[in-house]
Amino acid sequence: MTEMTGAEMVIEALADQGVEHIFGYPGGAVLPIYDALFQSQDRVRHVLVRHEQGAVHAAEGYARSTGKVGCVLVTSGPGATNAVTGLTDALCDSIPLVVITGQVPTHLIGNDAFQECDTVGITRPCTKYNYLVKNIDDLPRVLHEAFHIAASGRPGPVVVDIPKDIQFAKGTYSRPTEFQHKGYRPRVNGDPERIKQAVEMMAAAKRPLFYTGGGVINSGRKASELLRELVKATGFPITSTLMGLGAFPAADSQWLGMLGMHGTWEANWAMHDCDLMICIGARFDDRITGRLDAFSPGSKKIHVDIDPSSINKNVKVDLPIVGDCAHVLEEMLRLWRGVSPKPDKKTYEPWWSRIAKWRAKDSLAFHNSKDVIKPQYAIQRLFELTKDRDTYITTEVGQHQMWAAQFYRFQEPNRWMTSGGLGTMGYGLPASVGVQLAHPDSLVIDIAGEASVQMTMQEISTAVQYDLPVKIFILNNKYMGMVRQWQELLHGGRYSHSYSEALPDFVKLAEAYHAHGIRCENPADLDGKIREMIDVKKPVIFDCVVDPAENCFPMIPSGRAHNEMLLGDAAVKIEDAITEEGKMLV
Amino acid sequence: MNTATTHYPAAAASERIEIRTLCVLVDNEPGVLARVIGLFSGRGYNIDSLTVSETEHEKHLSRITIVTRGTPMVIEQIKNQLDRLVPVHRVIDLTTGGPAIARELAMVKVRGKGDHRMEALRLADAFRARVIDATTESFVFEITGSSDKIESFINLMLPVGLVEVSRTGVVAIGRGPEGM
Repeated sequence: MTEMTGAEMVIEALADQGVEHIFGYPGGAVLPIYDALFQSQDRVRHVLVRHEQGAVHAAEGYARSTGKVGCVLVTSGPGATNAVTGLTDALCDSIPLVVITGQVPTHLIGNDAFQECDTVGITRPCTKYNYLVKNIDDLPRVLHEAFHIAASGRPGPVVVDIPKDIQFAKGTYSRPTEFQHKGYRPRVNGDPERIKQAVEMMAAAKRPLFYTGGGVINSGRKASELLRELVKATGFPITSTLMGLGAFPAADSQWLGMLGMHGTWEANWAMHDCDLMICIGARFDDRITGRLDAFSPGSKKIHVDIDPSSINKNVKVDLPIVGDCAHVLEEMLRLWRGVSPKPDKKTYEPWWSRIAKWRAKDSLAFHNSKDVIKPQYAIQRLFELTKDRDTYITTEVGQHQMWAAQFYRFQEPNRWMTSGGLGTMGYGLPASVGVQLAHPDSLVIDIAGEASVQMTMQEISTAVQYDLPVKIFILNNKYMGMVRQWQELLHGGRYSHSYSEALPDFVKLAEAYHAHGIRCENPADLDGKIREMIDVKKPVIFDCVVDPAENCFPMIPSGRAHNEMLLGDAAVKIEDAITEEGKMLV
Repeated sequence: MNTATTHYPAAAASERIEIRTLCVLVDNEPGVLARVIGLFSGRGYNIDSLTVSETEHEKHLSRITIVTRGTPMVIEQIKNQLDRLVPVHRVIDLTTGGPAIARELAMVKVRGKGDHRMEALRLADAFRARVIDATTESFVFEITGSSDKIESFINLMLPVGLVEVSRTGVVAIGRGPEGM
């Protein structure tokens, strides 16, 4: 129990929670906290970003690559509203964050004061929970409770809005032992009876398939290890969502690649034709299911998720199990080992031979070129030249993101940071800053598009300031590539406002920021220049000029089912393949 | 034809719509009602009626009674979504969770003279509505009962000079000795 100001309590609570870094931007309503930071001689190291959205994405990158809670400190009004995109992004992707916002003094709240906004009102739908602290006595409890709520159950962002007079007010600080919200008790252990039933269904299946997602990553390192063991023990094929990449190694023979709208032929066909789908930590998102009434029509479905509201939301499942992936996987593995007699491996031979036929399609194949860099080739080379290093990948949103997911073969969890649910262009650069801060000696690459990256380009300045040698690898096709692809396929090639008429010279831009710029236009130069990028010990903007007309395949067109996927060579027939209803969809 | 060809959850129109009364026990803290209402508006759920008041003062617990409608899948979603809100303690479905009673209170103002006035009083008597305000040309009736009963009463008041209605919305509780 110590007497201190509210601002000092913030620092104290962060230190008590083991927070080493906080991303932020000062302003009038958080000055007392910035003063406390200064006076505490950076017990918590502050990283000054260039825009509050960047602070939140950086904290997301930090959180996703470490498994810890990411922290942000911003001011009232515009500071808080600028953070909203990042908060929504973190909510969609279940990323644990604590975001502290300054607020005008309590007596001015509601008076339309300078830099006032209704922060708790604005952030209520885009946070897991939020607080406005109007009494200094509540502050220590609220700060610690925020961390508990952010990190437990299905993780998510929590906002703590602290008026300036509360930051100045004095009170006693102690770390609370219990929480006020008695109703908040996330369920961690799955129902043992249901897990038993799940294992019985697995033992009886002829065409089983694991379909895993970001929940496995969020559950922690152990969940990925248990998943690997279970997949090995069962011999079942496995596919994953965009969010779940890395939980199971892409080099493994049981891996079918990513599923969904831009998933592989084999993964989507296996989803369609399986007789048992074991969904672990994924949520049957519309990018995954395609046309719902034709989604995996012949399968029984098991769904493991820590959030009961994810179950039976889009797809009715046969056996829901509410619980943390790691706990449920551990129990499944234990019971599977006890199954007697074990299903004969021959049982699955017909299933694997069907999968082999789908694989033979080689659905990610593309026509390479000697004259122009194909974006897929660029990612392949990037992967080959970085796979033996300690590498982390972030992305922006669009074609480059899908190519990265398809061609960068992730072997480990927490190595892949991408905006999956919200699809936030501008995520990757600030996220890479957060990742690099957490892993100073690792190679951190933002696979970017020239359109996305300009949304948060200013954060390269943060990278330079803190000596964070992030590599911004831009697949520059001069278009908003995914928009252009949809316009080509769905809107008669009318490229309405998807071409960037005036792009910056990215090499000169890098130099202006005191970073290192590289441009590559020739496939023959690519390897050498990627090596140069890796070797330069400072932030790099790599302008990789690629084929502007390349499309991302396979693709499940809007309104179609998994077995109606289109491949690259089928491109000419795509307009016929999309129904009028399909054009209505995004 | 194939209106269901969508990446998004199938349109619920063809499915059976059910009406449910939900009781939600919440921490009585600032913004809690906004969280509940925001959930309904943000996710496109219906609210037919909503009442809220603190019911356990020492524990600062409020009870929200919501009458909502949707397909069984949507109703399940509503319950799960409510349950995961941090200040929500419990969500009880009083429509399916055993026998329950639901009541609503309404104040109904009618204006009229002569026969209309007498007719209004006779009908009020039949419905066990009480007169809680009267002038020489008006009455305010207080009526308690199921929403259907109140609806019928209001319809009957129309021809005799209905002026205005104020309703509390439904409150409900399970029958028998057990608490929620």
